[in-house]
Amino acid sequence: MLGMFGATLLLAFREIRRHLLRSFLTTLGIIIGVAAVITMVTLGNGVTASVTSQISSLGSNVLIVFPVRGDRGAPRPFKQDDIDAARNQIAGVEDVSGSVSSSATAFHNGQSWQTSVQGVENAFLRARSVEVEEGRPFSNEEESAGKSVCLIGPKVRQAIFVAGASPLGAKVRLDNVSCTVVGLLKERGEGGGPDQDSDNVVMMPLKTVQRRFTGNDDLQYFVIKYDSAYASTTIQASLVALLRERRLLQGTAANDFNVVDTAQVNQALGAATGALTAMVAVIAGISLLVGGIGIMNIMLVSVTERTREIGIRLAIGALAREVQLQFLTEAVVLCCFGGVVGIALAFLLSWSMAGVIDVPFLFDPLVNALSFLFSALMGITFGFYPARRASKLDPIDALRHE
Amino acid sequence: MTADRSSTPPLIELEGITKTFGKGEAAFQALKGVDMRVERGDFVAVMGPSGSGKSTTMNVLGCLDVPTSGIFRFRGVEVQALDRDQRSLLRRRYLGFVFQGFNLLARTSAVENVELPLLYRGEKKAVRHAAAMRALDQVGLAPWADHTPAELSGGQQQRVAIARALVTEPAVLLADEPTGNLDTERSIEIMQLLTRLNGEGITILMVTHEEEMAAFARTVVRFRDGLVESVEHRERAIAGEVG
Repeated sequence: MLGMFGATLLLAFREIRRHLLRSFLTTLGIIIGVAAVITMVTLGNGVTASVTSQISSLGSNVLIVFPVRGDRGAPRPFKQDDIDAARNQIAGVEDVSGSVSSSATAFHNGQSWQTSVQGVENAFLRARSVEVEEGRPFSNEEESAGKSVCLIGPKVRQAIFVAGASPLGAKVRLDNVSCTVVGLLKERGEGGGPDQDSDNVVMMPLKTVQRRFTGNDDLQYFVIKYDSAYASTTIQASLVALLRERRLLQGTAANDFNVVDTAQVNQALGAATGALTAMVAVIAGISLLVGGIGIMNIMLVSVTERTREIGIRLAIGALAREVQLQFLTEAVVLCCFGGVVGIALAFLLSWSMAGVIDVPFLFDPLVNALSFLFSALMGITFGFYPARRASKLDPIDALRHE
Repeated sequence: MTADRSSTPPLIELEGITKTFGKGEAAFQALKGVDMRVERGDFVAVMGPSGSGKSTTMNVLGCLDVPTSGIFRFRGVEVQALDRDQRSLLRRRYLGFVFQGFNLLARTSAVENVELPLLYRGEKKAVRHAAAMRALDQVGLAPWADHTPAELSGGQQQRVAIARALVTEPAVLLADEPTGNLDTERSIEIMQLLTRLNGEGITILMVTHEEEMAAFARTVVRFRDGLVESVEHRERAIAGEVG
């Protein structure tokens, strides 16, 4: 039996070799289908990984709270009292920090650079996992007195400081406010949350920014870092209840603020990219199906074209099932060939496209193996009917066929 | 073996074979009760005008078709009772076919064509190749082993086909108008080859409509209107001349 299978395989290879161009064109559908499925899944994985790493740079177990337009009109900002209430009245809250920001032009040594000034407390740095690479965060005294000190982002440093020179202790002028650089922020990439660019920023104590830039004691949003032992939903429920009470929202009045959990954003984005990947994979799957029908078509043509050959084989003693096995093997070998070429093509495509769209290239062995198995399965599915037809031929009629 | 030949059944026995194609009004009876026997080692030429039933008889003898009624014994086994696969195995084991149109696989070398029947016997590659080369040598085509049919003359193609029929060392070689597509000179060569093979012991059944080719046979069976008209045994003068 093994000998027979080997012989069948040999015959299949001979037949494919005999019609090299036709075989290639026939399998093109499978090649494109397999390549598309694998490329899409691989790139989808890359995008998901990249989004996940950006989101996790926001910090985990963090809620971001910001005012939105409510029933009573324009968004009402938060005040320091809201922050204190959240800190003191909700169980599981570790750190709360409000934030305000304003755009400003930074000047140093004759250079200028458009950036944003963000007023924060040290608690904000902890909650959002903002790291100080050189120097130090704000001191308590600087925070409570609203001193003119600042932490500068890597892009600001690059723009207005000479490369190599330490900016620590230097004076930077922001619009008309002069401040002393006490620390350098570590590069964070694009995951900046509500702010556009987390690396192009100058951070100053909250009070300093309120006093010198915004001119009021409003907070644009605040972040809460909570103990991971508490469920996010519990904390959110308490927070919503507290804020509704403080903002005098009664009965069915809509919330005029939003609470966002970074983990939920992460999940939502993951689900979105997953759905997109699945959709594209389904489309690619349809192209695989079309490829399979192409295989069936060519196999049927091949059976008709080779009727005489089938007659010869039957006359010299081939069993019906051996003829069937031969044609089935041809279809499977064709499809597997398409699968292998498709996998190679997908590797090249996803590797180069991952570079272009700047996501990590994550080779997924499972998807590759499944795609290959699937293409073999297509060979069996779409090769079965033509092979059956070949095996049913009457040897006398087949030999007479012109 | 030759001594008690009388006690062994003849190689082939046909008794009252009929074959009807179609049904009802359109039915056509191609064979109307054919009786025929072929002894081992014979060289039989089957002759007759077209429509006389000689091709239908050959299809039955080649186990490619089953009779409507009657008994066909091959080596004592009743073939009409066998199913399709059993008849395939019978062909594989005992029969070799040579066709008028050569019926070689295109774009496939001579040696690969000759190897084909051995593939279905599950022989190993080395065995297949050696046997195929031996068969090609028997028909004088060993030097052309790697040529495809398109690169061979008609006579050479028919010799490849004969080598393919011989490679399994069959009991019977069935040849359907083997010289029908060849000129006289090539035809004579093919007939001399068949005569030589017959002299080596293989039983040959050949359909022909040319008296010149039938002259090489030991026995001539003539068909007319679905019946055997005459059976004529000859001395093997030609075989002796070639041998």
